[in-house]
Amino acid sequence: MFDLLVILIPALPLTAVLLNGLLGTRYSHEFAHRLGWGSVAGSFLCSIVVFADTLKTGAVQEVTVYTWIFGGDLTINLAFLIDPLTCIMLLVVTGVGFLIHLYSVGYMHGERGFTRFFTYMNLFMVSMLLLVMGNNYLVLFIGWEGVGLCSYLLIGYYYDRVSAAKAATKAFVVNRIGDAGFLLAIFLVFVNFNTLDYTQVFAQAGKLSPEMATAIAICLLIGAIGKSAQIPLYTWLPDAMEGPTPVSALIHAATMVTAGVYMIVRNHVIYDMSPVAMTTVAWVGGLTALFAATIGLVQNDIKRVLAYSTVSQLGYMFLACGIGAYTAAIFHLMTHAFFKALLFLSAGSVIHALSGEQDIRNMGGLKAKLPWTHSLFLVGTLAIAGIFPLAGFWSKDEIMAHAFTHRYYALYAMAVLGAFLTSFYMFRLTYLTFYGQSRVDHHVAEHIHESPPVMTGPLVVLAVLSVIGGFPGVPPEEGWFHDFLRPAAAGAGEVHSAGLGLVVALMGAATVIALMGWGLAHYLYGIRPEAAQEWVAVAPHAYQTLLNKYYVDELYDLLVVEPTKRLGMVCDWFDRTVIDGIVLGVWRVTQSGSALSTGFEKYAIYGLINVAGYANHLAARSWRKLQSGMVHHYAAMIVAGLFILVHLILAWWTGSTVFGLALR
Amino acid sequence: MVPLSAYVALSATLFATGLIGVLIRRNFIIVLMAVEIMLNAANINLVAFSHYLESMTGQIVALFVIAIAGGEAAVGLAIIIVVFRGKISTNVDEINLLKW
Repeated sequence: MFDLLVILIPALPLTAVLLNGLLGTRYSHEFAHRLGWGSVAGSFLCSIVVFADTLKTGAVQEVTVYTWIFGGDLTINLAFLIDPLTCIMLLVVTGVGFLIHLYSVGYMHGERGFTRFFTYMNLFMVSMLLLVMGNNYLVLFIGWEGVGLCSYLLIGYYYDRVSAAKAATKAFVVNRIGDAGFLLAIFLVFVNFNTLDYTQVFAQAGKLSPEMATAIAICLLIGAIGKSAQIPLYTWLPDAMEGPTPVSALIHAATMVTAGVYMIVRNHVIYDMSPVAMTTVAWVGGLTALFAATIGLVQNDIKRVLAYSTVSQLGYMFLACGIGAYTAAIFHLMTHAFFKALLFLSAGSVIHALSGEQDIRNMGGLKAKLPWTHSLFLVGTLAIAGIFPLAGFWSKDEIMAHAFTHRYYALYAMAVLGAFLTSFYMFRLTYLTFYGQSRVDHHVAEHIHESPPVMTGPLVVLAVLSVIGGFPGVPPEEGWFHDFLRPAAAGAGEVHSAGLGLVVALMGAATVIALMGWGLAHYLYGIRPEAAQEWVAVAPHAYQTLLNKYYVDELYDLLVVEPTKRLGMVCDWFDRTVIDGIVLGVWRVTQSGSALSTGFEKYAIYGLINVAGYANHLAARSWRKLQSGMVHHYAAMIVAGLFILVHLILAWWTGSTVFGLALR
Repeated sequence: MVPLSAYVALSATLFATGLIGVLIRRNFIIVLMAVEIMLNAANINLVAFSHYLESMTGQIVALFVIAIAGGEAAVGLAIIIVVFRGKISTNVDEINLLKW
C-alpha cells in the first residue's frame, strides 16, 4: 500500500503527460486543465500520506519499482528513497506545484497551446519528483535533466518570440556546463564506490581520501551552481523570465532552482568531509546573495527584480549549506518556495491586469484597483524582507544566526548587507507598483481588473503559508522542523548553540536591518519620489553598471560566446572548403567513371542482350502455340510424355532397340 | 487365392478408365473423379504387391496416397467452386485463360 502510494506520486502526473501530450488535441481545454491540476492534486494527497507515515514511524524506506540497468557489478534500480528530506521536498514540490497549476488555469486561459502548457508543467512535475525521490545518482540525474528540458520548453513557450527562444537556448546551454560537472561527479562516485545508491555510498563515504571527497564535492557544486543559478552561471535565470509567469513561479523560483540546494544537502556526508568544498559553497552563496541583490536594486522589470531576488535567496541557501546549516538551508528553501511563489503569482496577477505590462515605470497606484493582489503582494514582500514573524524572518534569521555563532563573521556581514538590500528592493518594487501616482498608460488603465478567484484563491493559500510557514522552525535550531529533518540532514562539526540572549539580539538586529531597508524604500519612493533621481545623479556610473547587471552578459559574450562563434566559423570554413572539396572531388571522379561505364553498357552490353533476346523471341514464337490453355491438351501431353518415358525405361531394362537404336 | 496378375489387370483397367476419363470428359467434376480413380488404381497395385512381397511398405504408401487424394479433392473442389462463381460453368474447355 505504501509502495503503491510512493509510486503513484510521480505516476499520476506522468499519466496526465501521456494523455494530454498524445491525445490532448482530441478533447477540450476544460478536460486538459482538470487532468493537469487534478493529477498534481493526487500526487499532493499521496505525498501527505507518505509524509504522515514517515512522521509516525520515522523510518527511511526504499521503494524499488524495477531493476533498470543490470550488468556485471553494476545494478541500478529505478527506486525511490523516502526519508524526512524527501518528504519535505515532496510536500513543497507537489503542494506549491498544485497551487501554481490551479493558478495557471486562470492565468493561461485563452492562450495558444493551453494543453501543451499543462503537458509541459506536468512533465516538469514528474521530473522534479524523480529528482527528489530517487535513491541513486542516476535517477537524480534523470530528474535533473528532465527539469532542465521542461525549463527549456517552458521558457520557450512563446516560441515565435525571438527573445523567448534565445532565453530558452541560453538557459539550456548554461545548464549544460553545470550538468557536465554533475556527470563528472557521478563518474567519480561510481569509480570510488562501484555503486550509485545513496545509502551504500554514504555508508562507505569514510573510505574516501580528503582530496577525492573535495573533487566529488566540487564537481557536484558545479552542477548545483548551474541549476541553482549561482555565480558564475546565474545569467540564465533572469532571462528565463521570458516564460509565462506561472512557469517563473514554479520552475524558476519555487522548485527547480532549489534542486542544487537539495543535492548539496542530500550529499552533505561528502561535503562534511571536505572543508575546502564547504568554504567554496559558502562563499559562492554569500557572494551570489550580495551580488544579485545589488543588481535587483535598480531593475525595472517586475519579474526581473523577482528573478534577481531568487538568485540572491538561493545564495542564502548555499551559504547555509556551506556553513553546515543544512536544516536551515532546507527551511529557507521551503519558506522561499511559499513567499517567492506568492510574489511571482501576484506579479503575474498585476501583469495580467495590465494586459502584459511588466515595466514598473509604467505602473504605480495600483493599490486601489487591485486590492487583493496588493495585500497578497505586500504579505510576500514582508515575508521575503524578513519582517517578524513571517516565514522569511525565521528562515533567514536562522542562517544569519548560524553564521554568526559559528564565527563566519565575513559571511554574516554579507548576509546582513544582502538582507538590507533585499528589504530595500522588495519594498521599492511594492511602492513603485502599488503606491504613488499612476503611471499606467491610459489605454491600459481602462481595462485594469482584479484577477478571477481561480487565481486569487491559490494566492491566498500561499499568503497564509508565507505568514505561518516559519513556525515549524521555531525556536531556531530546535524547532519541530529541525527534529524531523535531523536524521537526514544533520551536519557534522561542532554545534555552537547560542544563548537565549544572543539569539534574541541577532533576531533584533535582523529585524532592524529589514526595517531600515523598508524605511529607505519608503523615503525614496514614498515620501520624496524625486530623491531617487537625485541619488542616481550622484553616482551615474555606478547606477549604469548596476542597471546593466555589471556587464556580466557582455563579458561572457566577449570571453565565451564570441570565441565559440569564431571557432564555429572556422569549423564552417573548414567544412565548406576542405571537407566539401573532398566530397566534390569524389563526386567528380565517380561521375566521370560512371559516364564511361554508361557508354559501355549502352552500346556493348545492351547490344549483346538485345541480340540474345531477339534470338530467343524468334525461337519461342513457333513453340508458343503449345500453350493453348486447354487442360486436355496438357493432360494429353503428360500422358504422351509418360508413355515415351516408360517405353524408354523398359527398352533400357530389356535391352531391346528403339527405332533401331540400341540404348546400351 | 486370387493371383497377383488379376489385381494388376484390375488396376490397369481402372487406371486406363481414369486416364481416358481425364482426357475426354469436359466436366470439371468428372475429371476430378477420374483422377481419383487413377489414384485408387495405383493404390490397388501398391496393396497387391505389398501382400505379394510380404512387405508393409506398399500399404503404408497407399495410406499416404489416400490422405493426399483427400487433400487434392478438397483443393480441386474449392477451385471448382471459385471458377463456377465466376463463369457459371464447370466446363473445362471454357477455362482457357492461361495461354499465350
